[in-house]
Parts: sequence; C-alpha cells; structure tokens
Amino acid sequence: MTKVENNKAWWLVLPVFLIVAFSAIIPLMTVVNYSVQDIFDPYTRYFVGTEWFKQVMTDSRLHDALIRQFIYSFTILAIEIPLGIAVALMMPTKGRGASLALILVAIPLLIPWNVVGTIWQIFGRADIGLFGAMMAELGINYNYASEPMHAWLTVVLMDVWHWTPLVALLCYSGLRAIPEVYYQAARIDKASRWAVFRYIQLPKLTNVLIIGVLLRFMDSFMIYTEPFVLTGGGPGTSTTFLSQSLVQQAIGQFDLGPAAAFSLVYFLIILLVCWVFYTTIMNMQKDK
Amino acid sequence: MAEITLNSLAHTYSDNPTKPEDYAIREMQHIWHQGGAYALLGPSGCGKSTLLNIISGLLEPSDGEVLFDGKRVNELKPEERNIAQVFQFPVVYDTMTVYDNLAFPLRNIGVPEHKIRSKVLEVAEILELSDQLKRKAKGLSADQKQKVSMGRGLVRDDVSAILFDEPLTVIDPQLKWKLRRKLKQIHEQFNITMVYVTHDQLEASTFADKIAVMYQGQIVQFGTPRELFENPAHTFVGYFIGSPGMNFIDATVTEKELSFGTHTLPLHPLLLKRLQDMDAQQVKVGIRPEFVHVWDGANDDAFLVDVDFVEDLGTYKILTFNFHGILMKARLSEDQKVPQGKAYVSFPEQWTKVYVNEFLVEVDHD
Ligand SMILES: Nc1ncnc2c1ncn2[C@@H]1O[C@H](COP(=O)(O)OP(=O)(O)O)[C@@H](O)[C@H]1O
Ligand SMILES: [Mg+2]
Repeated sequence: MTKVENNKAWWLVLPVFLIVAFSAIIPLMTVVNYSVQDIFDPYTRYFVGTEWFKQVMTDSRLHDALIRQFIYSFTILAIEIPLGIAVALMMPTKGRGASLALILVAIPLLIPWNVVGTIWQIFGRADIGLFGAMMAELGINYNYASEPMHAWLTVVLMDVWHWTPLVALLCYSGLRAIPEVYYQAARIDKASRWAVFRYIQLPKLTNVLIIGVLLRFMDSFMIYTEPFVLTGGGPGTSTTFLSQSLVQQAIGQFDLGPAAAFSLVYFLIILLVCWVFYTTIMNMQKDK
Repeated sequence: MAEITLNSLAHTYSDNPTKPEDYAIREMQHIWHQGGAYALLGPSGCGKSTLLNIISGLLEPSDGEVLFDGKRVNELKPEERNIAQVFQFPVVYDTMTVYDNLAFPLRNIGVPEHKIRSKVLEVAEILELSDQLKRKAKGLSADQKQKVSMGRGLVRDDVSAILFDEPLTVIDPQLKWKLRRKLKQIHEQFNITMVYVTHDQLEASTFADKIAVMYQGQIVQFGTPRELFENPAHTFVGYFIGSPGMNFIDATVTEKELSFGTHTLPLHPLLLKRLQDMDAQQVKVGIRPEFVHVWDGANDDAFLVDVDFVEDLGTYKILTFNFHGILMKARLSEDQKVPQGKAYVSFPEQWTKVYVNEFLVEVDHD
C-alpha cells in the first residue's frame, strides 16, 4: 500500500501564518534582538549573549515587583471569581429585571482603564470624594496617597469593581445554558441548595470559569494604568507592579537591553502560569 | 405507596385563559390506584408531561386538587411529596461516578451508607450497570445515562409512585424492549405505583395493566388494552389505538335505524331510544377494520362496495374499500379470499359503535 502524499493543503495555512507573523512573531523577534545586544547608537552595538537576562534575574527590585504582582493577581482572583459567581446566581433570570440587571452589571465594563483610575482617585479623596469622606466619617484614617496598604487596597478594590462584572456575565451565560430539567431532577432527588450548586451549576460553569480565570489572571498580571493614574506606583513601591517597573526601565532609564530581556521573562511567566493552570484543570476533569 | 387522586384538576399556562384550548389540562377527575402499572398514552402536546409534573409537584395546578391517600398535597413541594420521576432526556450529575449518582437520592435523605450500598448494587444489577459503577457519569453513552437516570428513580423504595416521562426515547429499540420488561419486573417485585408516559401504543400495552388515553388535555378513556381496542370510549381512542385505526362514517339517525344515504343499518332498540332521547341526529359510526365482515358472496346483511386496493402485510391483508365516498379498511385473514373489484361487507352490530360529539353512546344490552 502506498499513501499518496499531497501537501498542497498546507498553502491554505499561509494567510494565517502571515497574519500571525506580522502581529506577533516579528514584533517579538525585535524584542529578542534587543535583549541580546548592547546598543549605544545605530552603528555601535555589541552582542552580549545572556548578560541582560542574568542582570534581570538577579535584580532584587524586580523580584519584589514580581512577588507583589503575584500577591495582587491571586488576591483579585480570589475575590472576583467567587464574587462573580455569587452575583450571577443572584441575578434575576426572567422579565424586565433580567435586562435591567444585565445593564447595571455591565456598566463598569464599559469604562476605560484610565477613567477607572481617575474615578477612584477622586472618589477616594477625603476632601472631595464620597468614599474618602465616608471612611473619614467612620473614623478610618483612609489615605491612599500616604499609606501603602491603603493604596494597595484601593487598587484591588478598583479591579474588583471594574472586572467582577466580567466574571459575573460569563457565569450568567453559563447558568442560562443549564436546561430546566436538571433543576427538576434535583428537586425530585431532594438535593439541597448547596448540592444543586456543587453538582449541577458548578460543573456546568467550569468552562466559562476557566476562561474567566485565564482572562483575569493575564489582565491583572499586566496591570499598569490604574496604579499609574492613582499614585504612579507609590507610595514608595507599594503599587509598583511588573509593568510599572518595565516602563520605568525602558522609558525612564532607556535601558533597552535589560528592558527587552525583562519583557521576554515577563511574557514567559504569564505563558507558564496559564499553561500550568490549564493543564491542571484539564487533568483534574479527566482523572476522577 | 399511595393512591393518587386528581380532583377537578385543570391547568393553564396562560395568565388569562378564555377558551378551553387555553388549558393544557382540562378539568379532569381521575384516580391512580396504589400498586398499579399504568400508562398515560397520547400524542405529543396533549398534556402528558404537564400532568406528570403536576402529580410530582414540579408544577402547581391552576385549578383543582391533587390528593395522595386522600390528603391534599397541592402545597407540598416535590421534595416533600416523596415521589420519583424519570425524564425524557437523561439527567446525570456529570462530576459524580455512576455509583454516586445512584446513591445521591438516598444520601440526600440520610440513609446509612451500608444500606445505600446494597440498594445501589441491587439496582445496578437490574439495570446492568454493575461494571460501570466506578465510571464518571459524564463519559457514558446516552442510553447508559438514561439507565442511570432511571436507576435514581428506582433506588428509593419509600416513594409514593414512580413517574416515567417517555423514558426510553433516547434508547435503541432492542434495549428498549429489555428495559420495559425490567420495569415490569420491578413493578411486580416491589408493588410500587408506576405511571408510564408514552406516545407509543405498543409500549403502553406491553407495560401497563391499564392505559389512560389522553387527548387535548383530557383523559378520554381509562381501561385495559383490550377495552381500548374493543370499546373505544372516544373517537380519538378508536383512531389512535390499533393499526390501522377505527373506520368512522357519518350517519343520520332516523325513526328506526341508522342511515348512510342509500344504505341503512338496524340499531338495537335501546340504543335507538337513547339517541332519540339525546336528540342526536348526526352521529359518527365507528367500526374497527378487524371487525368488518367481508363475505365471499352476496348476502342479506351485506353491502356491495367498490374495492380500492389491497395491501399484503404478510400474515394478513388490508382491504381498502369505498363506502359512500368514505375510504374504509377491513382486515382479511391470510386464507381469506381476496375480493376483486367489488366486495360484500357487513358491520356486525356488536362491533358497530355510535359516537355523539366524539364520545361513545353506550347502553346495557342485557
Ligand atoms: N412551560 C410551558 N409554558 C407554556 N406552555 C407550555 C409549557 N409546557 C407545555 N406547554 C404547552 O402545554 C401543552 C401540553 O404540553 P406537554 O404537557 O409538554 O405535552 P406532552 O408531554 O403530552 O407532549 C402544549 O400545548 C405545550 O405547548
Ligand atoms: Mg412530554
């Protein structure tokens, strides 16, 4: 038996390949190019190998930013995912209330990042902001401009306010896709409210939750605008996350080589975390 | 274990019903006796699922009462009614194993684990799921999933009744037959009231001792398969049960007989009197193809009719003939002479039924 080899179909992949090349691979290669050279001016450049990578990997300021970044991303995931599910479960499903709830929940999603930063910057001020004034009323000396912890919490709060609706909407659509007969069967089986959630709703939400976690992880891991608008990464370094550090290095100090190496490491970390998360979930589903 | 009474029950999905068609269940009076194996038979959309959901409590009826052993249960939720229901399409808890699925209804009511184990193994054995118990329910095929759904209905032996809503739709014919036998066995073994919804008369008659035929939100007849066949109480039963269904011809009631234009048919005096009392002039006459007598030659009682065609169905033949412009069918046995062109047929009085407003008019003949 001979198999007829016909590889012409590969040509059909060419358009996709070209698009990906221009949108991702070529820009990425430029960064790779910078990351292995020391460039003084367009005519003077030296190949430095892994020099910049070594420097980045041992930079303690970046280590701190990375740890802050992880703590921040896990914090907002730990809040937004359960809260999003809870909101979705409470949203009405029928009639006018349903459309109204959808609109109300979706509003924060329509606001641009820097506007969110500005809103909270004003909202949180004790002199002119409602939130700040309220905290002052309650006897809490809330001041994001001088207290690192307050600044950090404000950034978390901002993210939760801005992005929980995304998780809620994803879950809402997931819940709507569950046929009524599942709930009927559960009632016949005398299942408790918790069992209905645990064995019907949560399993059917797994897929949308995977998407939700990945989106929120990637996005929060790259957070830049909100802390920048609020306090510019301060007070001190309390809200200086990875993007902030990168920009300081690349634009502030114009260290393009280390900044390029840093970008690549940054990119690989995100890729690695997403991959680990995704394969773990997939294996968990397969095994048991 | 309970006797289920439906008392002046009616249900509408509409907010302001005005006409009878707005009702998915039209006012009905019905009793399912404890321990019976019943079928609820009717075409799609006639209200079978609605009725079942009302009995189980998933739906609250807009009028009337549901009684379990004489006690009103309208206000009780399905959880409180102690009833099992199996749905048309399989419902399994994806993340649980088959074992946990079957154990679920028992765990929810706090049965001790060793009792659960023996019950689950027993039901799995009956449904031939024993070798699947450790598998995740998610990976099962559609018929295995449906077996699991049925199994969850069968594990609880304290239930008032088990309701099956067309449970074998997704199952292939061979297995269907086997599972129906199993259900029947389970019924005989445990003496639980079972109501089995189907739109298939064969399925109904192989499962049930008594069949309730439902049509447009009403139970038009409740009887044994034989009663439904021999004495349809409603034209729909005549048409729906049997294959081919009953023949119907319009007729007028005269002073002494039934008349179809040129032909007449004598009527039993009591029946004639009854029809005259009802002031019914226009009636429908029904006779099953099996009971139409086809003669070999001319005869005093026989009408001469035109033969349209004859269908050979192996062990018997179906003769289609034209009687006053109406096509009627008669069943010919294998060895019977097949009439050519013309045929002599007669309608034996015992099997000739008279319907007024679609309902059978009956009299005591004794
Ligand atoms: N949830 C519902 N809302 C409105 N009408 C319904 C609903 N469920 C069923 N119906 C209507 O009620 C009638 C009976 O439906 P159903 O009980 O499902 O019939 P069956 O099970 O015999 O096919 C149908 O006309 C159907 O369109
Ligand atoms: Mg139905």
